[in-house]
Amino acid sequence: METERGTWAVKAGLAQMLKGGVIMDVVTPEQARIAEEAGACAVMALERVPADIRAAGGVARMADPTIIRAIMKTVTIPVMAKCRIGHFVEAQVLQALGVDYVDESEVLTPADENHHIWKHTFKVPFVCGCRDLGEALRRIAEGAAMIRTKGEAGTGNIVEAVRHMRAVNDELRKLQSMSEDELMSEAKALGAPLELVLKVHQTGKLPVVNFAAGGIATPADAALMMQLGAEGVFVGSGIFKSGDPAATAKAIVRATTYFSNPDIVAEVSSGLGEPMRGLDIKAIPKEELLASRGW
Amino acid sequence: MRKQRIGILALQGAFIEHQQALQRLDAEPVLVRLPEQLQGLQGLIIPGGESTTISRLMVESGLFDSIGKLALERFPILGTCAGMIILGREKPPQSVKTLRAMDIETTRNAFGRQVDSFETDLAIPVLGQKLFHAIFIRSPVIDTLGTGVEVLAHLPDGTPVAARQDRLLATAFHPELTQDLRFHRYFLSIISEQG
Repeated sequence: METERGTWAVKAGLAQMLKGGVIMDVVTPEQARIAEEAGACAVMALERVPADIRAAGGVARMADPTIIRAIMKTVTIPVMAKCRIGHFVEAQVLQALGVDYVDESEVLTPADENHHIWKHTFKVPFVCGCRDLGEALRRIAEGAAMIRTKGEAGTGNIVEAVRHMRAVNDELRKLQSMSEDELMSEAKALGAPLELVLKVHQTGKLPVVNFAAGGIATPADAALMMQLGAEGVFVGSGIFKSGDPAATAKAIVRATTYFSNPDIVAEVSSGLGEPMRGLDIKAIPKEELLASRGW
Repeated sequence: MRKQRIGILALQGAFIEHQQALQRLDAEPVLVRLPEQLQGLQGLIIPGGESTTISRLMVESGLFDSIGKLALERFPILGTCAGMIILGREKPPQSVKTLRAMDIETTRNAFGRQVDSFETDLAIPVLGQKLFHAIFIRSPVIDTLGTGVEVLAHLPDGTPVAARQDRLLATAFHPELTQDLRFHRYFLSIISEQG
């Protein structure tokens, strides 16, 4: 065959290489360097971390390309960046900048309330959020090469991340145990293409890598999500809103690798100082919840 | 015959894919996260992933020194992508601490960024006539190699992308991402060789 770029295998393949790792939100080249030195497998270049986006209100957009470029120049690990849901021009810009992954993210203010980006036509791979299996399969059908459960970004509260991961797992198990004649009806209920539903029925797992995101603030949070079946974690505000970002970043990387070893999780959790201040989900007005953006 | 017990460095990256390949070849894969887990193995795979992350976790866990020692004792090791970087030495400016076990100098992300990642078919004579479908993801290349190193495959422009030095094996691409098991089988055959 001829040499081919931007194929499904290389898009989904990069996500496979990120597995077992921690992807950290950074807003400056200096933070990116701290993340890389702590052992992050990638960084997410942003103008503000979700906790600050939440506090600032207003419309949150793609970061200034100057920030993204500066971060790309500083680190050798993959650099991701966020575009608004449905904002395919922001995605085109991010692809032109040469970012390694685009996160079509509910953390930014959606640009389209009905349509997500048709991601198949891009050479750059996309990661998208989900709250359940149907949402994951819709995004994959649109071309997402990686999925993350949404959680509730910027809260430092793990409860929504757990809810979404458990929802995906429950539905995966359910689909796998169904008989074939039940799958069409289940595809309709999930709002997902039958082809992907059949695939999941056969394999019992998502066809792409699935990370956990939204609310991870401690090493134990990261290990919890890994034990629940996440293949890696995104940490947004949890690192650079903590008392000691470098130490917290390093500890979360270790806890993600050694997630099934409580002795090591205990060791890395010791003496980290103040984690980010958390938010009770019930205290957030419903219209301010980020996870309900997108469908 | 007893199954070959092969370790797979499982600190970060695509180690499950190597585990599945070895299972399909009826070997016994062992995930290695701590130095004591290297006991009783006949070979080791260093998988693809983020080389900076894997290297740091190797140093902190003590695996860097243990694996470095094994490599000196002719212990068979296969490194794919990040694993290849870790087996050789990185061209300056070095950003990753590597074992320098294999006499190759590598450049990380040699083709550019993710949009430049690609797949292609390679001739790899030691695996037979049939071309090998190779997936390159933010891939390194081998820039220079020592006299004891045999090139197993190169790109049409001559860039070496797979090499062997005695019982050390390195690929810039990801044999674990395809269903073609010939490269893993080749590694197992090196382990079985006498002497």
